[in-house]
Amino acid sequence: MRFHPQYLAAVKACLPVLPGVLTFGAISGVAMVAAGMPHYLAMAMSVLVYAGTSQLAALQLVTSGTPIAIAILAGLVINLRFSIYSLSIAPHLAAAGPRWKPLLSYLLSDNGYAMALRGYEHPLEPPDKIWYYFGCCSAIWTSWQIGTFAGILLGTRIPAGWHLEFSIVLTFLGIVAPTIRDRAIAAAACAAGITAVLCWSLPLRLGLLVAVGAGIAAGMLVERRQ
Amino acid sequence: MTAFWLLILGLALTSFIPRASFITLFARWPVPALLQRSLRFVPAAVFSAILVPELVLTAGSVHIGLDNPRLLAGILAGAIAWRTRNTLLTIVAGMLALHLFSYLVK
Repeated sequence: MRFHPQYLAAVKACLPVLPGVLTFGAISGVAMVAAGMPHYLAMAMSVLVYAGTSQLAALQLVTSGTPIAIAILAGLVINLRFSIYSLSIAPHLAAAGPRWKPLLSYLLSDNGYAMALRGYEHPLEPPDKIWYYFGCCSAIWTSWQIGTFAGILLGTRIPAGWHLEFSIVLTFLGIVAPTIRDRAIAAAACAAGITAVLCWSLPLRLGLLVAVGAGIAAGMLVERRQ
Repeated sequence: MTAFWLLILGLALTSFIPRASFITLFARWPVPALLQRSLRFVPAAVFSAILVPELVLTAGSVHIGLDNPRLLAGILAGAIAWRTRNTLLTIVAGMLALHLFSYLVK
């Protein structure tokens, strides 16, 4: 079997990020088992959903008594960032055949998007761009699934006293804190956080959605002032 | 068990649709400027709304002080994440800080 050279180049370029992807996959696997999911369901979730942060957030909400519909809605809000990536990467993938586009869409991830864009800093022909994207995203997909599988197997053996559930909160901090690079985004984060605390007692965890709305509004207001 | 399946199927749809949105579904749709501007704030707003209550609330009421180990560990981890952009380091340092502060509070 021979691989396309741009596919191999992409996999090679992604090697440095794969250990991190493996680790987060493992954390997500552990968290799913800790939330009471049977092993096969946790693996099914990882393959069908393939969106670690929304999986963890939705599970966290469900285990703290939130209705499923609200948890799914929260997952959708978290996954909205994929539409930003989708919008930004679509011109590079426009030459792909219609049968490939659903697969290319499914494979889109935070790291895959970032690595593909980095690769596009060198000029590439349209078919090469598609192979390059496919290489990045499939390497990351494979590492994520292997990590999740390992985490699921480990899951029940980790003592509750380690407070591993806090690692989910820390993962979110690790994702969001570096993105706060200007005043408007800082305003969005502050407004959302404060509103979420103030609206905590609203039924059905609606406070979460109110907080996201308040955050986006605050960010856009501050941006307009600048 | 049905609840977990519902959650999985719901999340599978709500993760695929945003991914496919512009690659597959609306490849030719011009995005309104206001929507494009608001998308930029989505990640910060969502993650902040989820994690701030986890740090600040204890059993549903506001708990800000040196006797709240989750808050202290969260502030430290947030500063590390902001400075280093290294998620793995953030998790390791935050977990160590949580256990250290919990030990000190006792």
